[in-house]
Amino acid sequence: MIANVPIEVTVNGARRAVDVAPNHTLLDVLRDDLALTGAKECCLVGECGACTVIVDGRTVDSCLVLAVEADGSEILTVEGLADRGVLSPLQIAFLDEGAVQCGFCIPGQLLSAHVLLEEHPHPTQAEIEEGMAGNLCRCACYEQIFDAIRTTADGGDR
Amino acid sequence: MTGSRVGDSPNRVGGIDRVTGAQQYLADLPVADALHAKLVTLDCARARILGIDASEALALPGVHLVMTADDLPTPMPRYGPQNQDRPVLAVGETKYHGDPVALVVADTRELAEAAARLVRVEHEELPAVFTVAGALAPDAPLVQDPSLRPGDRLAGGNVLTEHRVGWGDVDAEAARAHVIVEGRYTFPMVTHFAIEPHAFMAAPDGDGLAVWSTIQHPNWLQKLIAGLVRMPLSKVRVYAPDPGGGFGGKQHTKHEPAVVFAALKVGRAVRLVLTLEESFQAARRTACESRVRTGFDRDGRILFQDIEADYLIGAYADIADRVVGKGSYPAAGPYTIPAVRILARSILSHTVPSTAFRGFGNPQINWAVESTLDEGAKALGMDRLQIRLRNLARKGDRFIPFDTPCDGDWEQTVRLAAERIGWGTPLPAGRGRGIALGIKSGPTTGLSYSIVRLLVDGSVVVYAGTSDMGQGARTVLAQIASQELGAPLDWVTVVMGDTAVVPYDQQTSASRSTVLMGNSVLAACRDIQGKLRTMAARLHAVDEADVVVDAGLVRLPDGRRLTPVEVLKPGFGKLGGELTGLGEARKDADPGHPLGGAPAFFEFNCTVIEAEVDRETGDVTIDRHITVSDVGKAINPLQVRMQDEGAAIMGLGHTLMEHYIFDERGRIRNLGAIDYRIPTSMDLPRELHSEAVENADGPGPYGAKGMSEGALLCVAPAVAAAVREATGAQIRDLPLTPERVWRAINEAADAAERGEAGS
Repeated sequence: MIANVPIEVTVNGARRAVDVAPNHTLLDVLRDDLALTGAKECCLVGECGACTVIVDGRTVDSCLVLAVEADGSEILTVEGLADRGVLSPLQIAFLDEGAVQCGFCIPGQLLSAHVLLEEHPHPTQAEIEEGMAGNLCRCACYEQIFDAIRTTADGGDR
Repeated sequence: MTGSRVGDSPNRVGGIDRVTGAQQYLADLPVADALHAKLVTLDCARARILGIDASEALALPGVHLVMTADDLPTPMPRYGPQNQDRPVLAVGETKYHGDPVALVVADTRELAEAAARLVRVEHEELPAVFTVAGALAPDAPLVQDPSLRPGDRLAGGNVLTEHRVGWGDVDAEAARAHVIVEGRYTFPMVTHFAIEPHAFMAAPDGDGLAVWSTIQHPNWLQKLIAGLVRMPLSKVRVYAPDPGGGFGGKQHTKHEPAVVFAALKVGRAVRLVLTLEESFQAARRTACESRVRTGFDRDGRILFQDIEADYLIGAYADIADRVVGKGSYPAAGPYTIPAVRILARSILSHTVPSTAFRGFGNPQINWAVESTLDEGAKALGMDRLQIRLRNLARKGDRFIPFDTPCDGDWEQTVRLAAERIGWGTPLPAGRGRGIALGIKSGPTTGLSYSIVRLLVDGSVVVYAGTSDMGQGARTVLAQIASQELGAPLDWVTVVMGDTAVVPYDQQTSASRSTVLMGNSVLAACRDIQGKLRTMAARLHAVDEADVVVDAGLVRLPDGRRLTPVEVLKPGFGKLGGELTGLGEARKDADPGHPLGGAPAFFEFNCTVIEAEVDRETGDVTIDRHITVSDVGKAINPLQVRMQDEGAAIMGLGHTLMEHYIFDERGRIRNLGAIDYRIPTSMDLPRELHSEAVENADGPGPYGAKGMSEGALLCVAPAVAAAVREATGAQIRDLPLTPERVWRAINEAADAAERGEAGS
């Protein structure tokens, strides 16, 4: 056994110090050590997007990032989207537009959509399709997810 | 969204938890003291197990158990929803790539995985069969030992069951047919690919047992486990958290028995969360090879359909033989035809056990039958829409003579879909159109109990054993309760997924829950309404028969309208109280019916596609995808659209990209998300349009029918027809990958050059 490594991260605005196994992914640490189970485990090869979180403003597949690599970074997970119990406009739009069925992929979808709107406040259809291409939805709510992104963009603030 | 009554589209009940990350799927449940399990499998399909050496694995600190067949009762307990053929762990022989030979239990998942790699399984690989031809070869090895099939005349071969249905005289009709067309079609093995992989947990629970599963049918699992461990049902508590997608793949028991036996051995909670790759090896759709011969008169009336379908099921039956029987039964389609002969065979193979999957055996054969109908239209020089309308059953027609008659205005559905795409209008250059119709039998039996409690403040608790796996059952049931009892939607709680609390429900499948559980909840609400009437009559000294409860309001004979609370509060007085309603919706079996019961309804869909093909690459682009389903009544129109579009896009998966690829030893070479592609945001139709026909003519609440599978039935034939019109290439094998389409285009071009008639 290799010794654990201490890291410090800011998760959803809170400083967290945690000793992580050097072979554990950011997904492992979020789910098992920090009890943030919004990031989901599915393919573990960076294809499905269920484990998407935002690290320093960019989406990552947290199953492909070692936790030690995240040391010092600022992380936003789905649990951090709502502000003291008030849903973000994007979360509201996902519900209003019917973008949520089983919900398993939704944390990742929301975070990818969040960054997409940061980068493209008024995304074109092509930008939406491309920006969301890393997040699979087997319920296939894609049209409704697109609608939610457009609604949020039209509404201005997220 | 405004409104929470029937016909409105309020936000999904449970939606907030799904957008905040608070929703706990099975793998998210906090279980601090749980041990972790890992399956041990072999890197081949069929092998004789000569010995298992677990000493190295067991030597790792923190490994608690390496369970093999030797640790289980003799004879090996076997289970399955149809046949008791699946062992808890492989005994003597593995039957498919992924068949577990042992279960390792350790302190952490990492440790369990490491220990599983250290389990040495001495084995000898054996000849195996992975295709219809291989399984039917005279010298084919038997997939199932005949001792598992006592009294079965077919036990000496790999055909598990032959399903025959038909009517009329096919040969006589063939003799007078003006045109006969025939084609062979194949449909690949595909998998459900729910984004949530299967997961299971079990733990001793006082003098009983608790089992957690991502299963769609918790009551079925409860009964199965109780039988295996010889406990009364009341001592086996099954928790079924909302699945993260099911699509049929989570209907039936998979590895729960192994986890249960392991938990009993170690006396602690044991959890097994499958990887996506292991989920691919746990459930898949039944592949199919079919031959369809269809005869027509001069006017394009179908005189006969002669259909043979060989469905390749896996090593254990799971529910696959029912898939074959029920899926092939309406294979002749929604048409009135004098003579039909259908022979469908379930063929065992050394592959992953196939099971239910959205569409339940119908898409496989509808692909062939609808494509053959197009060939008939071509031979007759008829329009493809017109030939369908000419033969389409009208409401009340007994198009299957001994079955539920046509239960909708199907012509309306077809005409609407055709109108939406502008059928018959000039095509943009380079494009083709295709149209297909599809039917699927709804549930043939069913039993759904429910309990509804109207609390003294007017809020409502509904107990319903349906699994909300994304279809939105919780929302629909809450809307029914809201409609009937007057509570706003956010005052309704729907409790599901716990067999110790929720009354019995047979299953969540066959798009049944809105109809069966919906009727059950409606009945429970009406039960409560009766009690409200009694209470109101007593309070206001009027005749009970003159009190009406409607749309959540109590109407007195003098015209006064009271809310339920205005009756409950004075009615209960200081002690308080609540009104409880019991609901039951039952569809009994009919032993005389070929399927054991006539379907409660038909799902009917018409899909029209406009597509173009890149002739240089073979890449198919869906320009327009129109799906129209006959839903009876959309209790939640937005959810209807979501289910319809979801089914349509899932259909694009098996049509354009999805298939298992095997090597010569029966190993799946594209396990996982990198090499097995499902539709992404980049693979959608440029225009996707879903519409519902609502004539309130279904058997469910307010005239609803089930509708979650229809839009998947027609995708493949409609897309292939569009590809054919766009390119001239007739393709009879799925998926329509770029390579396959490119080859077909070039072959068609070569044939045209040689002056041959179009294939």
